[in-house]
Amino acid sequence: MPDRWLVTVIVNGREYKRAVEPRLLLCDFLRHELGLTGTHVGCEHGVCGACTVLVDDQLARSCLMFAVQSDGCQVTTVEGLAASADDLHPVQQVFWDAHGLQCGFCTSGMLITTVALLREKPSPTDTEIRAALSGNLCRCTGYQNIVKAVRLAAERTNGRV
Amino acid sequence: MKPPPFEYVAPRTLDEAVHELAESDGEAKILAGGQSLIPLLNFRLARPARLVDLNRIPSLTYVTARDGGLAIGAMTRDATVERDPRVATAIPLLDEAIRWVGHPAIRSRGTVGGNLAHADPAAELPAVAVCLDATLTIVGPRGTRTVQAEDFFLGYLTTVLEPDEILTEAWYPGFTHQTGQSWLEFARRHGDFALAGVAVVLTVDHELVESARIVLTGVGGKPFRAREAETLLVGGTIEERAPAAADAVRSAIDPDADIHASKEYRTHLAGVLTERAIHVAYERAVAREPAALDVRRSLEHMSRHA
Repeated sequence: MPDRWLVTVIVNGREYKRAVEPRLLLCDFLRHELGLTGTHVGCEHGVCGACTVLVDDQLARSCLMFAVQSDGCQVTTVEGLAASADDLHPVQQVFWDAHGLQCGFCTSGMLITTVALLREKPSPTDTEIRAALSGNLCRCTGYQNIVKAVRLAAERTNGRV
Repeated sequence: MKPPPFEYVAPRTLDEAVHELAESDGEAKILAGGQSLIPLLNFRLARPARLVDLNRIPSLTYVTARDGGLAIGAMTRDATVERDPRVATAIPLLDEAIRWVGHPAIRSRGTVGGNLAHADPAAELPAVAVCLDATLTIVGPRGTRTVQAEDFFLGYLTTVLEPDEILTEAWYPGFTHQTGQSWLEFARRHGDFALAGVAVVLTVDHELVESARIVLTGVGGKPFRAREAETLLVGGTIEERAPAAADAVRSAIDPDADIHASKEYRTHLAGVLTERAIHVAYERAVAREPAALDVRRSLEHMSRHA
Protein backbone atom coordinates (compact mmCIF):
# COMPACT_ATOMS: atom_id res chain seq x y z
CA MET A 1 0.00 0.00 0.00
CA PRO A 2 1.30 3.47 -0.81
CA ASP A 3 1.74 5.91 2.04
CA ARG A 4 -1.38 7.73 3.07
CA TRP A 5 -1.41 11.16 4.59
CA LEU A 6 -3.99 12.37 7.03
CA VAL A 7 -5.62 15.53 5.77
CA THR A 8 -7.88 17.86 7.72
CA VAL A 9 -9.59 20.35 5.49
CA ILE A 10 -12.56 22.66 5.84
CA VAL A 11 -14.70 22.56 2.73
CA ASN A 12 -17.62 25.00 2.52
CA GLY A 13 -17.44 25.49 6.28
CA ARG A 14 -17.50 21.80 7.19
CA GLU A 15 -14.44 19.96 8.47
CA TYR A 16 -13.38 16.70 6.85
CA LYS A 17 -10.61 14.31 7.89
CA ARG A 18 -9.43 11.76 5.38
CA ALA A 19 -6.35 9.62 4.74
CA VAL A 20 -5.24 10.24 1.16
CA GLU A 21 -2.60 9.05 -1.23
CA PRO A 22 -0.26 11.97 -2.00
CA ARG A 23 -0.98 11.73 -5.71
CA LEU A 24 -4.72 12.30 -5.23
CA LEU A 25 -5.65 15.56 -6.93
CA LEU A 26 -7.73 18.05 -4.97
CA CYS A 27 -10.49 17.90 -7.63
CA ASP A 28 -10.77 14.12 -7.30
CA PHE A 29 -10.69 14.39 -3.51
CA LEU A 30 -13.62 16.82 -3.62
CA ARG A 31 -15.61 14.72 -6.06
CA HIS A 32 -14.83 11.14 -5.06
CA GLU A 33 -13.99 11.34 -1.37
CA LEU A 34 -16.39 14.10 -0.36
CA GLY A 35 -19.06 13.64 -3.03
CA LEU A 36 -18.94 17.30 -4.02
CA THR A 37 -19.43 16.81 -7.73
CA GLY A 38 -20.21 20.45 -8.48
CA THR A 39 -16.50 20.95 -9.18
CA HIS A 40 -16.08 19.71 -12.73
CA VAL A 41 -13.00 18.12 -14.20
CA GLY A 42 -12.27 19.01 -17.81
CA CYS A 43 -8.73 18.99 -19.10
CA GLU A 44 -6.76 17.91 -16.01
CA HIS A 45 -3.84 20.13 -16.94
CA GLY A 46 -4.86 23.59 -15.89
CA VAL A 47 -6.19 24.94 -19.19
CA CYS A 48 -9.98 24.76 -19.05
CA GLY A 49 -10.72 26.23 -15.60
CA ALA A 50 -13.76 24.01 -14.94
CA CYS A 51 -12.27 22.73 -11.66
CA THR A 52 -11.50 26.19 -10.23
CA VAL A 53 -12.13 26.48 -6.48
CA LEU A 54 -11.07 28.87 -3.73
CA VAL A 55 -8.31 27.72 -1.40
CA ASP A 56 -7.98 30.09 1.55
CA ASP A 57 -9.98 32.59 -0.53
CA GLN A 58 -7.51 32.43 -3.43
CA LEU A 59 -8.38 30.99 -6.84
CA ALA A 60 -6.86 27.61 -7.54
CA ARG A 61 -7.15 24.95 -10.20
CA SER A 62 -8.09 21.91 -8.16
CA CYS A 63 -6.53 19.67 -10.83
CA LEU A 64 -3.17 21.38 -10.24
CA MET A 65 -3.03 20.82 -6.53
CA PHE A 66 -2.81 17.67 -4.46
CA ALA A 67 -5.37 17.01 -1.75
CA VAL A 68 -2.51 16.56 0.72
CA GLN A 69 -1.52 20.19 0.06
CA SER A 70 -4.92 21.40 1.24
CA ASP A 71 -4.28 20.13 4.77
CA GLY A 72 -5.25 22.93 7.15
CA CYS A 73 -6.86 25.00 4.38
CA GLN A 74 -10.34 26.34 3.81
CA VAL A 75 -11.74 25.32 0.44
CA THR A 76 -14.82 26.83 -1.20
CA THR A 77 -16.52 24.99 -4.04
CA VAL A 78 -19.62 25.93 -6.01
CA GLU A 79 -21.71 24.05 -3.41
CA GLY A 80 -20.52 26.57 -0.83
CA LEU A 81 -21.69 29.70 -2.63
CA ALA A 82 -25.43 29.75 -1.91
CA ALA A 83 -26.75 30.08 1.63
CA SER A 84 -28.88 26.94 1.26
CA ALA A 85 -29.90 24.32 -1.28
CA ASP A 86 -33.05 26.35 -2.02
CA ASP A 87 -31.22 29.62 -2.68
CA LEU A 88 -29.01 30.93 -5.39
CA HIS A 89 -25.94 33.00 -4.62
CA PRO A 90 -26.24 36.49 -6.23
CA VAL A 91 -23.63 35.49 -8.83
CA GLN A 92 -25.56 32.29 -9.63
CA GLN A 93 -28.74 34.36 -9.96
CA VAL A 94 -27.21 36.72 -12.55
CA PHE A 95 -25.89 33.79 -14.58
CA TRP A 96 -29.49 32.54 -14.65
CA ASP A 97 -30.92 35.98 -15.45
CA ALA A 98 -28.41 36.85 -18.19
CA HIS A 99 -28.39 33.39 -19.79
CA GLY A 100 -24.77 33.00 -18.69
CA LEU A 101 -24.94 29.24 -18.88
CA GLN A 102 -26.21 26.60 -21.22
CA CYS A 103 -24.86 23.10 -20.64
CA GLY A 104 -23.38 24.09 -17.28
CA PHE A 105 -20.09 22.25 -17.54
CA CYS A 106 -17.89 25.34 -17.24
CA THR A 107 -20.32 27.15 -14.96
CA SER A 108 -18.98 26.20 -11.55
CA GLY A 109 -15.52 27.41 -12.56
CA MET A 110 -17.01 30.59 -14.05
CA LEU A 111 -18.96 31.29 -10.85
CA ILE A 112 -15.97 30.80 -8.54
CA THR A 113 -13.76 32.92 -10.79
CA THR A 114 -16.40 35.66 -10.86
CA VAL A 115 -16.73 35.67 -7.09
CA ALA A 116 -12.95 36.05 -6.72
CA LEU A 117 -12.89 38.83 -9.32
CA LEU A 118 -15.68 40.84 -7.69
CA ARG A 119 -14.12 40.51 -4.24
CA GLU A 120 -10.93 42.05 -5.59
CA LYS A 121 -12.50 44.48 -8.08
CA PRO A 122 -16.13 45.30 -7.25
CA SER A 123 -16.59 47.30 -10.48
CA PRO A 124 -14.43 45.65 -13.13
CA THR A 125 -14.18 47.02 -16.65
CA ASP A 126 -15.09 44.74 -19.56
CA THR A 127 -11.37 44.27 -20.22
CA GLU A 128 -10.82 43.21 -16.63
CA ILE A 129 -13.78 40.84 -16.80
CA ARG A 130 -12.43 39.23 -19.95
CA ALA A 131 -8.91 38.98 -18.52
CA ALA A 132 -10.29 37.39 -15.34
CA LEU A 133 -12.32 34.85 -17.33
CA SER A 134 -9.59 34.15 -19.87
CA GLY A 135 -8.59 31.03 -17.97
CA ASN A 136 -12.09 29.54 -18.10
CA LEU A 137 -13.14 27.89 -21.33
CA CYS A 138 -16.77 27.70 -22.40
CA ARG A 139 -17.66 25.61 -25.44
CA CYS A 140 -21.38 26.19 -25.79
CA THR A 141 -22.91 29.23 -24.06
CA GLY A 142 -20.61 31.70 -25.77
CA TYR A 143 -18.74 34.31 -23.82
CA GLN A 144 -20.99 37.30 -24.57
CA ASN A 145 -23.65 36.36 -22.05
CA ILE A 146 -21.10 35.25 -19.50
CA VAL A 147 -19.43 38.67 -19.64
CA LYS A 148 -22.89 40.26 -19.42
CA ALA A 149 -23.66 38.16 -16.35
CA VAL A 150 -20.47 39.26 -14.62
CA ARG A 151 -21.22 42.91 -15.46
CA LEU A 152 -24.72 42.48 -14.04
CA ALA A 153 -23.30 40.79 -10.94
CA ALA A 154 -21.01 43.77 -10.39
CA GLU A 155 -23.96 46.19 -10.68
CA ARG A 156 -26.15 44.20 -8.33
CA THR A 157 -23.68 43.17 -5.64
CA ASN A 158 -21.38 46.19 -5.39
CA GLY A 159 -18.54 43.92 -4.30
CA ARG A 160 -20.51 42.13 -1.59
CA VAL A 161 -20.10 38.61 -2.83
CA MET B 1 -4.99 11.06 -16.64
CA LYS B 2 -3.86 10.86 -13.06
CA PRO B 3 -0.36 11.27 -11.67
CA PRO B 4 1.74 8.14 -11.15
CA PRO B 5 2.51 7.22 -7.53
CA PHE B 6 5.35 9.06 -5.83
CA GLU B 7 6.75 9.44 -2.37
CA TYR B 8 5.81 12.79 -0.88
CA VAL B 9 7.69 14.86 1.68
CA ALA B 10 6.75 18.31 2.96
CA PRO B 11 9.70 19.80 4.86
CA ARG B 12 9.06 22.73 7.20
CA THR B 13 12.44 24.44 6.80
CA LEU B 14 14.91 25.07 4.00
CA ASP B 15 17.54 22.95 5.79
CA GLU B 16 15.13 20.03 5.91
CA ALA B 17 14.33 20.49 2.22
CA VAL B 18 18.03 20.49 1.28
CA HIS B 19 18.48 17.35 3.37
CA GLU B 20 15.50 15.61 1.71
CA LEU B 21 16.81 16.44 -1.75
CA ALA B 22 20.31 15.27 -0.90
CA GLU B 23 18.82 11.97 0.29
CA SER B 24 16.90 11.51 -2.96
CA ASP B 25 19.80 10.55 -5.21
CA GLY B 26 18.61 12.81 -8.02
CA GLU B 27 15.26 11.01 -8.21
CA ALA B 28 13.23 13.85 -6.67
CA LYS B 29 11.46 16.83 -8.17
CA ILE B 30 10.78 20.01 -6.25
CA LEU B 31 7.11 20.95 -6.01
CA ALA B 32 6.66 24.73 -5.89
CA GLY B 33 3.39 26.17 -7.23
CA GLY B 34 2.85 23.03 -9.29
CA GLN B 35 1.31 24.88 -12.22
CA SER B 36 3.77 23.34 -14.68
CA LEU B 37 4.89 20.23 -12.80
CA ILE B 38 1.44 18.84 -11.97
CA PRO B 39 0.27 18.91 -15.63
CA LEU B 40 3.44 16.97 -16.49
CA LEU B 41 2.60 14.47 -13.76
CA ASN B 42 -1.05 14.26 -14.83
CA PHE B 43 0.06 13.39 -18.35
CA ARG B 44 2.74 11.09 -16.94
CA LEU B 45 5.38 12.96 -18.88
CA ALA B 46 7.29 13.15 -15.60
CA ARG B 47 7.55 10.24 -13.16
CA PRO B 48 9.71 11.37 -10.26
CA ALA B 49 10.14 8.83 -7.46
CA ARG B 50 9.71 11.58 -4.91
CA LEU B 51 8.26 15.06 -4.59
CA VAL B 52 9.77 17.55 -2.17
CA ASP B 53 7.01 20.07 -1.54
CA LEU B 54 8.30 23.54 -0.60
CA ASN B 55 4.82 24.93 0.18
CA ARG B 56 5.18 24.37 3.95
CA ILE B 57 8.37 26.46 4.24
CA PRO B 58 7.24 29.97 5.27
CA SER B 59 10.77 31.44 5.11
CA LEU B 60 10.75 31.20 1.29
CA THR B 61 7.86 33.65 0.91
CA TYR B 62 8.79 37.34 1.13
CA VAL B 63 9.27 40.58 -0.77
CA THR B 64 11.98 42.65 0.92
CA ALA B 65 13.72 45.90 0.01
CA ARG B 66 17.47 45.28 0.03
CA ASP B 67 20.60 46.89 -1.49
CA GLY B 68 18.65 49.32 -3.65
CA GLY B 69 16.44 46.61 -5.08
CA LEU B 70 13.84 44.04 -4.13
CA ALA B 71 14.54 40.49 -2.99
CA ILE B 72 11.71 38.05 -3.69
CA GLY B 73 11.59 34.67 -1.98
CA ALA B 74 11.28 31.75 -4.36
CA MET B 75 7.91 30.58 -3.01
CA THR B 76 6.29 34.01 -3.30
CA ARG B 77 3.15 33.59 -5.42
CA ASP B 78 2.91 35.47 -8.71
CA ALA B 79 -0.35 37.02 -7.44
CA THR B 80 1.42 38.36 -4.35
CA VAL B 81 4.06 40.04 -6.50
CA GLU B 82 1.35 41.41 -8.79
CA ARG B 83 -0.45 43.03 -5.83
CA ASP B 84 2.65 44.41 -4.06
CA PRO B 85 2.88 48.18 -4.73
CA ARG B 86 6.63 48.10 -4.01
CA VAL B 87 7.14 45.91 -7.07
CA ALA B 88 5.34 48.41 -9.29
CA THR B 89 7.58 51.20 -7.96
CA ALA B 90 10.92 49.43 -7.92
CA ILE B 91 10.65 46.86 -10.72
CA PRO B 92 8.04 48.16 -13.17
CA LEU B 93 9.13 45.63 -15.79
CA LEU B 94 8.35 42.72 -13.48
CA ASP B 95 5.06 44.32 -12.45
CA GLU B 96 4.06 44.67 -16.10
CA ALA B 97 5.20 41.22 -17.22
CA ILE B 98 3.84 39.14 -14.33
CA ARG B 99 0.27 40.06 -15.29
CA TRP B 100 0.84 38.04 -18.46
CA VAL B 101 1.76 34.87 -16.57
CA GLY B 102 -1.07 32.38 -17.04
CA HIS B 103 -4.50 33.24 -15.64
CA PRO B 104 -5.53 34.55 -12.21
CA ALA B 105 -6.02 31.01 -10.87
CA ILE B 106 -2.55 30.08 -12.13
CA ARG B 107 -0.91 33.16 -10.63
CA SER B 108 -2.44 32.60 -7.21
CA ARG B 109 -0.63 29.24 -6.98
CA GLY B 110 2.39 29.74 -9.29
CA THR B 111 5.59 31.04 -7.73
CA VAL B 112 8.41 33.31 -8.88
CA GLY B 113 11.05 30.66 -8.11
CA GLY B 114 9.12 27.89 -9.81
CA ASN B 115 8.64 29.99 -12.92
CA LEU B 116 12.39 30.69 -13.15
CA ALA B 117 13.54 27.17 -12.27
CA HIS B 118 11.12 25.53 -14.71
CA ALA B 119 12.67 27.70 -17.47
CA ASP B 120 9.92 27.39 -20.03
CA PRO B 121 11.25 28.91 -23.26
CA ALA B 122 8.11 31.04 -23.71
CA ALA B 123 7.77 32.19 -20.09
CA GLU B 124 7.85 35.82 -19.03
CA LEU B 125 9.86 35.83 -15.81
CA PRO B 126 13.09 34.31 -17.17
CA ALA B 127 13.34 37.05 -19.82
CA VAL B 128 12.55 39.72 -17.22
CA ALA B 129 15.24 38.37 -14.88
CA VAL B 130 17.86 38.38 -17.64
CA CYS B 131 16.86 41.85 -18.81
CA LEU B 132 17.14 43.29 -15.30
CA ASP B 133 20.34 41.36 -14.51
CA ALA B 134 18.67 39.74 -11.51
CA THR B 135 20.81 37.84 -9.00
CA LEU B 136 19.54 34.36 -8.17
CA THR B 137 20.39 32.58 -4.94
CA ILE B 138 20.79 28.82 -4.95
CA VAL B 139 21.06 26.66 -1.84
CA GLY B 140 22.25 23.06 -1.75
CA PRO B 141 24.23 20.59 0.33
CA ARG B 142 27.46 22.31 -0.75
CA GLY B 143 26.27 25.68 0.56
CA THR B 144 24.86 28.84 -1.01
CA ARG B 145 25.84 30.34 -4.34
CA THR B 146 24.56 33.23 -6.44
CA VAL B 147 24.22 33.30 -10.20
CA GLN B 148 23.30 36.16 -12.53
CA ALA B 149 20.10 35.35 -14.41
CA GLU B 150 21.89 35.43 -17.75
CA ASP B 151 24.12 32.56 -16.61
CA PHE B 152 21.25 30.64 -14.97
CA PHE B 153 19.39 29.54 -18.10
CA LEU B 154 21.10 26.94 -20.25
CA GLY B 155 18.41 25.97 -22.75
CA TYR B 156 14.98 24.41 -23.12
CA LEU B 157 13.71 23.71 -19.56
CA THR B 158 17.33 23.58 -18.40
CA THR B 159 19.19 25.68 -15.84
CA VAL B 160 22.41 25.48 -13.87
CA LEU B 161 20.47 24.05 -10.90
CA GLU B 162 21.85 20.68 -9.81
CA PRO B 163 19.26 18.03 -8.84
CA ASP B 164 20.03 18.61 -5.15
CA GLU B 165 19.85 22.41 -5.29
CA ILE B 166 16.99 24.80 -4.59
CA LEU B 167 16.51 28.26 -6.06
CA THR B 168 15.64 30.32 -2.98
CA GLU B 169 15.56 33.96 -4.06
CA ALA B 170 15.60 36.38 -6.96
CA TRP B 171 17.00 39.83 -6.29
CA TYR B 172 16.15 42.57 -8.77
CA PRO B 173 17.94 45.92 -8.86
CA GLY B 174 15.60 48.88 -8.41
CA PHE B 175 15.10 51.08 -11.43
CA THR B 176 17.46 54.00 -11.76
CA HIS B 177 17.64 57.54 -13.04
CA GLN B 178 16.11 58.12 -16.47
CA THR B 179 15.39 54.48 -17.04
CA GLY B 180 12.35 53.26 -18.94
CA GLN B 181 11.16 49.67 -18.84
CA SER B 182 8.68 47.93 -21.07
CA TRP B 183 7.22 44.44 -21.51
CA LEU B 184 5.23 43.49 -24.61
CA GLU B 185 4.06 40.11 -25.79
CA PHE B 186 1.52 38.60 -28.09
CA ALA B 187 -0.52 35.48 -27.40
CA ARG B 188 -3.65 34.32 -29.17
CA ARG B 189 -5.47 34.28 -25.86
CA HIS B 190 -4.52 36.33 -22.79
CA GLY B 191 -2.70 34.06 -20.35
CA ASP B 192 -1.45 31.57 -22.91
CA PHE B 193 2.26 31.27 -23.46
CA ALA B 194 3.47 34.06 -25.70
CA LEU B 195 4.17 33.48 -29.37
CA ALA B 196 6.89 36.01 -28.70
CA GLY B 197 7.55 38.54 -25.97
CA VAL B 198 10.16 41.18 -25.26
CA ALA B 199 11.60 43.03 -22.30
CA VAL B 200 13.31 46.38 -22.90
CA VAL B 201 15.18 48.55 -20.42
CA LEU B 202 16.58 51.84 -21.72
CA THR B 203 18.57 54.56 -20.02
CA VAL B 204 18.16 57.87 -21.78
CA ASP B 205 20.18 61.06 -21.44
CA HIS B 206 19.30 64.21 -23.38
CA GLU B 207 17.10 62.20 -25.71
CA LEU B 208 19.92 59.83 -26.60
CA VAL B 209 20.00 56.21 -25.49
CA GLU B 210 22.82 55.73 -23.01
CA SER B 211 22.36 52.01 -22.44
CA ALA B 212 19.90 49.34 -23.55
CA ARG B 213 19.00 45.80 -22.61
CA ILE B 214 16.65 43.83 -24.81
CA VAL B 215 15.66 40.26 -24.02
CA LEU B 216 13.11 38.14 -25.88
CA THR B 217 11.09 35.11 -24.89
CA GLY B 218 9.51 32.45 -27.09
CA VAL B 219 12.11 32.72 -29.84
CA GLY B 220 14.55 30.03 -28.72
CA GLY B 221 15.31 27.54 -25.99
CA LYS B 222 16.11 30.20 -23.41
CA PRO B 223 15.77 33.97 -23.00
CA PHE B 224 17.45 35.62 -25.97
CA ARG B 225 19.53 38.71 -25.28
CA ALA B 226 19.58 40.85 -28.41
CA ARG B 227 23.07 42.26 -28.01
CA GLU B 228 23.40 43.58 -31.53
CA ALA B 229 20.12 45.47 -31.22
CA GLU B 230 21.24 46.87 -27.85
CA THR B 231 24.49 48.17 -29.38
CA LEU B 232 22.63 49.72 -32.32
CA LEU B 233 20.41 51.78 -30.00
CA VAL B 234 23.18 53.33 -27.95
CA GLY B 235 24.12 56.89 -28.85
CA GLY B 236 21.27 57.42 -31.27
CA THR B 237 17.77 58.81 -31.36
CA ILE B 238 14.92 56.38 -31.20
CA GLU B 239 13.28 57.33 -34.51
CA GLU B 240 16.53 56.60 -36.26
CA ARG B 241 17.67 53.46 -34.47
CA ALA B 242 14.56 51.52 -33.39
CA PRO B 243 13.78 50.06 -36.85
CA ALA B 244 17.40 48.94 -37.23
CA ALA B 245 17.32 47.33 -33.81
CA ALA B 246 14.14 45.46 -34.74
CA ASP B 247 15.79 44.28 -37.97
CA ALA B 248 18.80 43.12 -35.96
CA VAL B 249 16.48 41.04 -33.77
CA ARG B 250 14.79 39.50 -36.81
CA SER B 251 18.09 38.41 -38.31
CA ALA B 252 19.56 37.15 -35.04
CA ILE B 253 16.77 34.77 -34.00
CA ASP B 254 15.80 31.36 -35.32
CA PRO B 255 12.53 30.47 -33.59
CA ASP B 256 10.82 27.09 -33.91
CA ALA B 257 7.58 26.63 -35.80
CA ASP B 258 4.69 24.93 -34.02
CA ILE B 259 0.91 24.60 -34.22
CA HIS B 260 0.53 28.21 -32.99
CA ALA B 261 2.87 30.05 -35.35
CA SER B 262 5.32 29.52 -38.18
CA LYS B 263 8.98 30.42 -37.92
CA GLU B 264 8.45 33.35 -40.28
CA TYR B 265 5.51 34.71 -38.30
CA ARG B 266 7.36 34.47 -34.98
CA THR B 267 10.40 36.20 -36.48
CA HIS B 268 8.28 39.02 -37.88
CA LEU B 269 6.35 39.36 -34.62
CA ALA B 270 9.53 39.50 -32.53
CA GLY B 271 10.73 42.46 -34.62
CA VAL B 272 7.41 44.30 -34.40
CA LEU B 273 7.18 43.81 -30.64
CA THR B 274 10.80 44.87 -30.14
CA GLU B 275 10.31 48.11 -32.05
CA ARG B 276 7.12 48.93 -30.13
CA ALA B 277 8.65 48.06 -26.76
CA ILE B 278 11.66 50.26 -27.48
CA HIS B 279 9.34 53.21 -28.12
CA VAL B 280 7.34 52.56 -24.96
CA ALA B 281 10.49 52.21 -22.81
CA TYR B 282 11.92 55.39 -24.35
CA GLU B 283 8.79 57.42 -23.68
CA ARG B 284 8.71 56.19 -20.10
CA ALA B 285 12.40 57.04 -19.63
CA VAL B 286 11.89 60.57 -20.90
CA ALA B 287 8.69 61.15 -18.92
CA ARG B 288 10.18 60.29 -15.52
CA GLU B 289 10.41 63.19 -13.10
CA PRO B 290 13.86 63.18 -11.50
CA ALA B 291 12.31 63.66 -8.05
CA ALA B 292 10.48 60.36 -8.35
CA LEU B 293 13.54 58.54 -9.51
CA ASP B 294 15.55 58.12 -6.39
CA VAL B 295 14.67 54.50 -5.94
CA ARG B 296 17.05 53.95 -3.06
CA ARG B 297 15.29 56.64 -1.07
CA SER B 298 11.81 55.38 -1.95
CA LEU B 299 12.77 51.80 -1.12
CA GLU B 300 14.12 52.87 2.24
CA HIS B 301 10.94 54.79 2.80
CA MET B 302 8.90 51.72 1.91
CA SER B 303 10.90 49.35 4.07
CA ARG B 304 10.44 51.69 7.04
CA HIS B 305 6.71 51.50 6.49
CA ALA B 306 6.50 47.84 5.58
